[in-house]
Amino acid sequence: MKKKAILKYIITAVVICVSLFFLQKLVQPKYMSDVVEGRLIAEYYDEEKDHDVIFVGDCEVYENFSPKVLWEEYGINSYIRGSAQQLIWQSYYLLEDTLRYEKPDVVIFNILSMMYDEPQKEAYNRMTIDGMKWSMSKVKSIQASMTEREEFLDYVFPILRYHSRWNELSKEDITYMFDAPNVAFNGYYMRVDVKPAENIPEGKILADYRFGDNSYYYLDKMVELCEKEGVELIFVKAPSLYPYWYPEWEEQMEEYAAEHGIRYINFLENVEETGVDFAVDTYDAGLHMNLSGAEKITRYLGDVLSEEVGLEDRRGEEKLQKIWEPKIKAYEEEIIRQYEKYGMN
Amino acid sequence: MLFTSYDFLGFILVLFVLYYIVPKKFQWPLLLGFSYIFYFLADPTYLIYIGITTVTVYLLGCKIEQFREEQSAYLKANKEVLSREDKKLYKNKIKSKQWKYLLIALFINIGILAVLKYTNFAISNVNSIMGLLGSDKQFGFLDLALPMGISFYTFQSVGYIIDVYRGTCKAEKNIFKFALFVSFFPQLVQGPISRFSQMAETLYQEHSFDAKNVCYGLQRILWGFFKKLVIADRILTAVNEIIRNPDEYAGAYVFVGMMFYALELYADFTGGIDVTIGVAEVLGIRLAENFNRPFFSKSIKEYWNRWHITMGTWFTDYIFYPISVCGPMLKLSKFSRKKLGENLGKRVPIYLSSFTVWLATGIWHGASWNFVVWGLGNWVVIMVSQELEPLYAKFHARFHLQSNRYFQFFQVIRTIFIMSCLRSFDCYRNVPVTFKMLGTMFTTWNWNILWDGSLMQLGLTMTDYLILLAGTILLIAVSMIQRKGKVRDQIAACPYAVRVAIWYGLFLVVLLTGVYGIGYEASQFIYNQF
Amino acid sequence: MEQLLEILEELHPEVDFESCETLIDDKILDSFDIISIISEVNDVFDVTISAEYIIPDNFNSAKALYALIEKLEDEE
Repeated sequence: MKKKAILKYIITAVVICVSLFFLQKLVQPKYMSDVVEGRLIAEYYDEEKDHDVIFVGDCEVYENFSPKVLWEEYGINSYIRGSAQQLIWQSYYLLEDTLRYEKPDVVIFNILSMMYDEPQKEAYNRMTIDGMKWSMSKVKSIQASMTEREEFLDYVFPILRYHSRWNELSKEDITYMFDAPNVAFNGYYMRVDVKPAENIPEGKILADYRFGDNSYYYLDKMVELCEKEGVELIFVKAPSLYPYWYPEWEEQMEEYAAEHGIRYINFLENVEETGVDFAVDTYDAGLHMNLSGAEKITRYLGDVLSEEVGLEDRRGEEKLQKIWEPKIKAYEEEIIRQYEKYGMN
Repeated sequence: MLFTSYDFLGFILVLFVLYYIVPKKFQWPLLLGFSYIFYFLADPTYLIYIGITTVTVYLLGCKIEQFREEQSAYLKANKEVLSREDKKLYKNKIKSKQWKYLLIALFINIGILAVLKYTNFAISNVNSIMGLLGSDKQFGFLDLALPMGISFYTFQSVGYIIDVYRGTCKAEKNIFKFALFVSFFPQLVQGPISRFSQMAETLYQEHSFDAKNVCYGLQRILWGFFKKLVIADRILTAVNEIIRNPDEYAGAYVFVGMMFYALELYADFTGGIDVTIGVAEVLGIRLAENFNRPFFSKSIKEYWNRWHITMGTWFTDYIFYPISVCGPMLKLSKFSRKKLGENLGKRVPIYLSSFTVWLATGIWHGASWNFVVWGLGNWVVIMVSQELEPLYAKFHARFHLQSNRYFQFFQVIRTIFIMSCLRSFDCYRNVPVTFKMLGTMFTTWNWNILWDGSLMQLGLTMTDYLILLAGTILLIAVSMIQRKGKVRDQIAACPYAVRVAIWYGLFLVVLLTGVYGIGYEASQFIYNQF
Repeated sequence: MEQLLEILEELHPEVDFESCETLIDDKILDSFDIISIISEVNDVFDVTISAEYIIPDNFNSAKALYALIEKLEDEE
């Protein structure tokens, strides 16, 4: 009799937990058609983790560098761990998280996020953090990122955060509840359309140009981590015209890089060499590169990586070839799909 | 710590677990500790005020009790020698000493409450009078923190010491036990105002884990959250929109606002009390009920017997009765009966003391003229209906409608409407605006807003309205079922699967449709190019 | 006792005060009634029922109320 009662309660508890789990999966945003940036972080975990180069940073990495080009033309296997407005501590913890799985030769960090010293927007926090698997890195990233009204519990049980979405569920939420096709190409978010850059606004005058202490704190930590792990760290600044990159900021970065012996490539300053043309190489008037722009700067980077850093060409490795084959196919199909979508030839 | 915060849920969860793990004699000290932590987390300086109240009322209560013990010992020892007269004399002497100590306690505690709560109100009135007299001198407002729950714990303590004085309850000798009575955290925020004699029964007892109690308590908490999160916090948006922009929302909007506010206040207040009583129930402690389906009242007087009951009885027991039966009042009664005739004269003292009660009730709710007018408005309505009583009697004798269901329904609706009108005084900015807005109900004829889609502009969507509608129907249905006894008893009698489905269903409703957290706003997620 | 019943019946002619023992519990008497009763009792019996005696136990039945009056008379 007593056994029966206990069994009854156990079954109830299991049913409740399982149904809550499904419900949670259901109401979480899938980021498939609308804001695909929200999916970027999670896609990494399905990969074969044997990358030579890991990019970390915000949109200036995931929209501007194409790992496919690095592979096809240089034999460098790379992955981008970037997301929308990824703050520097989020990049740091994401790097920590990545290093749990693999040890690349080079880590490339885009330094734009040095400009943010404090948590910015809850929505971006969620897009960056929700996709991470649970680890101490994720916990610390959440703690460092929460804006005033956020609660840690909302990250542990995302249903608490997204509960009101029951009202706007669509077919997408069921189709992609557990599994969804990749939207990015090794973390690269592709756009092929063109919107030329015109009238670039000058930057507003700031009261203080020094990057915040918090930003420096995490930059130091990143440098230390890479040293400890024996990974070469490279700083980049993508050729985005906006947010405005102040000369004062550039100075600080150059100084920091020199001081720590870190290679620093500012793509804003070598537009001639990369051949970036803001009339055709951007899809949003200079904020981000489109495919043609991204491929141009990726080639420049590829030259540096193989010639100066000396990364070897791994195109001969059969295993990697097999991995890349379908990726390249999907990449090319996506180009065709987008050309049709935007009515380009 | 808001009842609806994760912190509060964590807080009570830890308490519940500890409460049934620790040796039983540590249960009430644990509650005391948690209550003080609760208070400390709100603001450490509050502890000073609650500390003063606790210590003064405790000491003076003991003192009054001591006199009583002295008296009975003396009378017992000198039973043979004392004459009737001597005894009476001695008793009066003791009584007057006790009275002195009672006065000190009342002075200190009501004094603190009055100073903290009403100083700025007094200053603003003095300022406007000075302004009227043509003086430029204005006093600055004081920055006084009103400690959380001070109105409630002060009333509870004052009730206690009056009871000790009256001899209806014994003074608590253990200051820590008394401190728990004053600070018991679930009821600190919004009542109920408990009586020591009732609460002491279960507060200090040792409680063993009782599955039924715990389940019932948790169920009640869940029901409270449903009222608060699904209904009150949802409709709040529309209520605020209407009452904060009186220039935009006149006429029928005022009516809509009043009705919405009635729903909001009911769901918010009774929901909060459900959480309070539910938390206590999990701990095995019985608190007094504060509501008895108030919106089913057929008159304002009945309404006040069913809404915020513990406050109503507090005012009746500690203000209305003492004033009504004090010597001068009885003399006045005699006098007025002689001068005004038996019928009218009899009512003069009653009206006078209930005037005082309603004035006090109003000002207790908030330090502003809005609440004064609100309180006295209630008084007027009750007095008018009292005066019309003979007329009603005649009417009923003629038409026999008293047991007619439709007529009862009319009475219920009428009560809700009158109460809603009165309540609008605690919504609008000030008294003149309230009168003006109530007036527009009759001058601005815009009832078409009820169906032409204007209600969609108040910040609520169609889904919100549907949820509110369904929620209100559920509230009414539950109230109807309640007439047959405790709803939880009735559910508990169902088969296991049905029970689980009901409570889990309610939990899901709260989880999904509750208004809490940052909420998913799609607009926030539109990537704006950074 | 007769006098007391008279007072009560005048207030609520429809109630049988001799047998009813739940005057307060069943909300037959409200606070206004109680005050009326106390002031009448003050007149007729010349005893003052002070606020501390206004508890349900003393007002639930005519019998209880009469006992209270007798007790107070005795003390005065």
